[in-house]
Amino acid sequence: MSDAVGMVFIGIGLLFDLLGCIGLVRMPDVYNRLQAATKCVTFGTCSIMFGTFLIVGLCSTGVKALLCIVFVALTAPVSAHALARAAHRAGVKLWEKSVIDTYEQESAQK
Amino acid sequence: MKQYIRWLVGTIIILGVLYIVLFQALPILLYPDLPFVGFFRRCFYVLLLSAVLCLIRVALGPTAADRAVAVDILGVLIVGFCAILNIPTSRGWYMDIAIAWALQSFIATIALAKYLEGRDLDE
Repeated sequence: MSDAVGMVFIGIGLLFDLLGCIGLVRMPDVYNRLQAATKCVTFGTCSIMFGTFLIVGLCSTGVKALLCIVFVALTAPVSAHALARAAHRAGVKLWEKSVIDTYEQESAQK
Repeated sequence: MKQYIRWLVGTIIILGVLYIVLFQALPILLYPDLPFVGFFRRCFYVLLLSAVLCLIRVALGPTAADRAVAVDILGVLIVGFCAILNIPTSRGWYMDIAIAWALQSFIATIALAKYLEGRDLDE
């Protein structure tokens, strides 16, 4: 029973990983690529970890999987935010059909 | 009209590769003594396809920020890869590799971001 539920979680995680990587190739801009890939791949990897925990049960490997969920969910948004700010300060242009850039406006006001 | 043709061609390519990956794939030669069949073999190949897409973005990204983003995503993918390899081989040290890789990938991405921003590492 818990094997089947774990396989369902792993399948959902694989679907999210694949769609995130297709977005990484398809999107036109650094910021679009970042926001398409980071959220999907983080959730997909957390889902794979939870499926692994359900399959192997409450042994040392399962507890390590739960610990790894915490690590990935804490560190991936921080690194994505740092990369986005670094790309903006390094002067990477937005896509030409982008509508608004509030970070540029606020840093121009100061 | 032209972009619809591009979308159609891309969808056909992705679905074709996914069909080959899911139903026509070769056996894995990583552990020849283990029965590496069924669900986990398909998981292995789907994650490999995702990693190949990341490497395509590393190869043709126009700026350095694109490559940094793709390498960050590849690190998170490898963590999931280690977790999947843990189950059919029943080798527990793959999860240790996953934890170490998560922390190391985070530190590497922060260092790359500081370098792109043009500041020192201790600020």
